[in-house]
Amino acid sequence: MNWKTFYALLSRDGHVARRNLLPMLLQNLLQPLLLTFVFGRVLTTGGMMKGSFKDVLLPGVMAISMVLSGVQGVAMPLITEFQFTREIEDRLLAPIANGWLAVEKIVAGMIQAMVAGLVVIPAAWLTMGSGVHMSFHQPVEFLVVALLVALFASAGGLALGCSVGQTQIGLMFSLVLAPMMMFGCAYYPWSLLAAFPVLQYAVLVNPLVYASEGLRGALAPQVPHIALWIVTAALAAIDLVLIVVGLQKFHKKAVS
Amino acid sequence: MGISIRIENLRKIYDSPPPSAARGAGFSFVSQRSAGPKEKKKKFEVVALDGISMEIRSGEIFGLLGPNGAGKSTTIGILTTRTEPSGGRAFIGEYDVWQEQVKAKRLIGVVPQRPNLDFALTAREILLFHGAYFGQGRKEREERAQKLLEQFKLTDRADHMVRGFSGGMMQRVSIARAMMHDPEVLFLDEPSAGLDPQTRLLLWEIIREYNGLGKTIVLTTHYMDEADALCQRIAIIDHGRIIAQGTPAELKSSIPGGYLLRLRFDRVPDELVAGLKELPGVTEARQKDAASLDLYADRGGPLIAGIVNAAQAAGAELHDVHIAEPSLENLFLHHTGRSLRD
Repeated sequence: MNWKTFYALLSRDGHVARRNLLPMLLQNLLQPLLLTFVFGRVLTTGGMMKGSFKDVLLPGVMAISMVLSGVQGVAMPLITEFQFTREIEDRLLAPIANGWLAVEKIVAGMIQAMVAGLVVIPAAWLTMGSGVHMSFHQPVEFLVVALLVALFASAGGLALGCSVGQTQIGLMFSLVLAPMMMFGCAYYPWSLLAAFPVLQYAVLVNPLVYASEGLRGALAPQVPHIALWIVTAALAAIDLVLIVVGLQKFHKKAVS
Repeated sequence: MGISIRIENLRKIYDSPPPSAARGAGFSFVSQRSAGPKEKKKKFEVVALDGISMEIRSGEIFGLLGPNGAGKSTTIGILTTRTEPSGGRAFIGEYDVWQEQVKAKRLIGVVPQRPNLDFALTAREILLFHGAYFGQGRKEREERAQKLLEQFKLTDRADHMVRGFSGGMMQRVSIARAMMHDPEVLFLDEPSAGLDPQTRLLLWEIIREYNGLGKTIVLTTHYMDEADALCQRIAIIDHGRIIAQGTPAELKSSIPGGYLLRLRFDRVPDELVAGLKELPGVTEARQKDAASLDLYADRGGPLIAGIVNAAQAAGAELHDVHIAEPSLENLFLHHTGRSLRD
């Protein structure tokens, strides 16, 4: 393992991310924040929703923001870099085994997802105004869940980015990301799906469910949520699978 | 230290279309095989390299010459760890390029057929990060980047994003990047494709200069004059096989009667034709019209005196001589029956 090269690859991604910071933040945070404003502020202040909905929404919005920014932060550049121009070739020729470049992409995506998650908490809080009840009494649980969510987002981004072509990006959003967000228990607790028993168990294949429920359990334990140990175990298993799949797909893309 | 390259019975069969459209590596359908006639869907299988063996000596400029799709880019792809060989082995120095990729990657610099620059960066950043990937310290890489930017006449656009660069400029950045970590072996895949004549000469100059530092240089080309002018040794590849190998001079002299002398007289009497045929080294004398004649021979200049004498003996007068030296183009034609550009 060649740490100097690994660090240089990581600083290249950091450099590019810093250069695109504003558009990137807008791309990943504007939509969740607008949604927060409409559902968490307009509808609650107007009396269409209970004030306690804010506590349900905030962890969910955080989960969505982390997943979106992690997936996009890894998948989108990879799709471009593996395209026609093969921009990634330069880094594939760096003196480090190809797999480490994929690992570097995962680490870079995790950092982006963590930053997005940490930015969205105060931003969403401010957007929703008063009446948000967040708890920071479980910092370790919060950190573990957040890191697992970030890993899920960026390993998922790696797997997606190495399987999707440039022409299918729109399809990736409408077929993968949109249903994932709607059925990811981000806007409602999982227990609410009890009224739809089939759906309640079907959504369990959706990793975002564990992300939303886990962050809910860590940040707003007063809201009903899936037990943290289940969430942690599920996320860890999903992460492992995505890392293996992502690395395999990356290898296939990297070498002809 | 010079680094040599050894290739042993290298084979490459693509079972899916290679992503090398990006590298412009056209490949020819050398033999498309299916497992059996009854098989419903024909399996995609393209033999790009069909057992190539060769040795590139340390410190030489070696050219891989051949038409599009001959297997040149696949050879470079394998030697630069970017393509997995289906069979055989390739060594950069003592390292097996597939087994010891990282060690091999340290020794090589690669200029791809089409610029694959990192579009998210400026020209200078491309060089700086490339240096960083290879573990160069900040001061070292800044100095080296500046030097290369100057050498490649890129200083005025150094801090612009490369996205807006012209093809020639991108090519120069590509070459500068490949030389950034001072590799022992430099691979250039079709380096002068799409370059204007002036930039091409600059490129040749740079290649010769880099070779002068004792570096090994491997380039692919389908330009005869480039191979001739630049390379110390050449391998001619076609359909995934090496059909000839040697120095340009050796290769050219291997064609029987490689020289062509186009002669013009005031008239061509029969005894003149007979006299010319008897000159040493002449393989064929073909009369074109009443006043001109083509002579195929294994030598050029040394025949002139004999031609003049034969003309005098036959009572004719020599008006004009044009000697066409043996060319690689002729060699390729000789070996394959096709012109290189077909």
